[in-house]
Amino acid sequence: MDFFVGIKGKDFVMVCSDTSAAHSIISIKQDEDKIVPIDDHKVFCIAGEAGDRVNFSEYIIANVKLYALRNGTPLNTKSVANYTRGELATALRSSPYHCNLLLAGWDEQAGASLYWMDYLATLNKINTGGTGYGSYFTLSLFDKMWHPNLTVDEATAMMEAGIAEVKKRLVVAPPHYIIKVVDKDGIRVVKTV
Amino acid sequence: MTCDTPKVYKIHDKLYLGLSGLQTDATTLYQRLQFRHNLYKLREERDMKPSTFGHMLSNALYERRFGPYFAAPVVAGLEPDGTPFLCGMDTIGAIETAKDFMITGTSPESLYGMCESMWRPDMEAEELFETVAQCLMSGCDRDALAGWGAVVHVITKDKVVSRTLKTRMD
Repeated sequence: MDFFVGIKGKDFVMVCSDTSAAHSIISIKQDEDKIVPIDDHKVFCIAGEAGDRVNFSEYIIANVKLYALRNGTPLNTKSVANYTRGELATALRSSPYHCNLLLAGWDEQAGASLYWMDYLATLNKINTGGTGYGSYFTLSLFDKMWHPNLTVDEATAMMEAGIAEVKKRLVVAPPHYIIKVVDKDGIRVVKTV
Repeated sequence: MTCDTPKVYKIHDKLYLGLSGLQTDATTLYQRLQFRHNLYKLREERDMKPSTFGHMLSNALYERRFGPYFAAPVVAGLEPDGTPFLCGMDTIGAIETAKDFMITGTSPESLYGMCESMWRPDMEAEELFETVAQCLMSGCDRDALAGWGAVVHVITKDKVVSRTLKTRMD
């Protein structure tokens, strides 16, 4: 039931997630921030199995930090994406992590990038995408509205249109969402819906 | 998720590998093979011959006989003496070398039909490109799972020409 979508703009990436934490039919809290920072310019949005999500994201974040400490230089988004895919792929044939994730980041050289990964360790670099039921409603909407020179305001409007669609058409639509942006100035919250 | 993911990877200038099937296994397999080829190049100080590569790949796939990579490859390239080499395998590495064409992926029936009727021996590079392009495009038209464009690489002894085709975008 986790809802995550990401949109890559001209020099930023915008990600939106729902903020509900639930356990079967019980809603535990409605203001859970599921977009976790890896470092100053990268975020993970991980959806999936309860334990695997947090465990896997903490594992990756710790290893990214370790690399930066050991080598004196932080990893760029593409490297983190491929490293994460490698970890998922290695675990796949023994004890797979059951999580789908979006990785959004901004680097000096590559600019903004958005990666989509699923629990089978499929890795795709995308302009717009999402995981979960919500993505079924937003994928084609974003395909229609996206263009390469998107501004933050246009992307926010796209996100809001996507959220409205999900609220309207998904039976178990989450009530609250948070929208964040990753760009050269780091990670910031754009709005909460 | 995306509409611009080609399925053919370059190993070296005279050797290309196409992998169909589960994308994650295709990526993992390609990375493993790239690694093995790099080691080979360091040891042997030359590129691997396509026939050798084909047999290595077959072995690599059969190693996982009871937990296979769900990716079926096609290996295409030019041997050092210039003769074309083409082979294909199933997901557990049963290798089959072909003189004419090799197919892997969804809708094999329509592709086999197209290739069988359009292939002729001793085609020139340009003619070959036309033939491959037509076979791919027609083969994909009726295939719900394949399409959104195609990439064709024609490998000749002094260059590789890669062209992107636009097909029915559905």
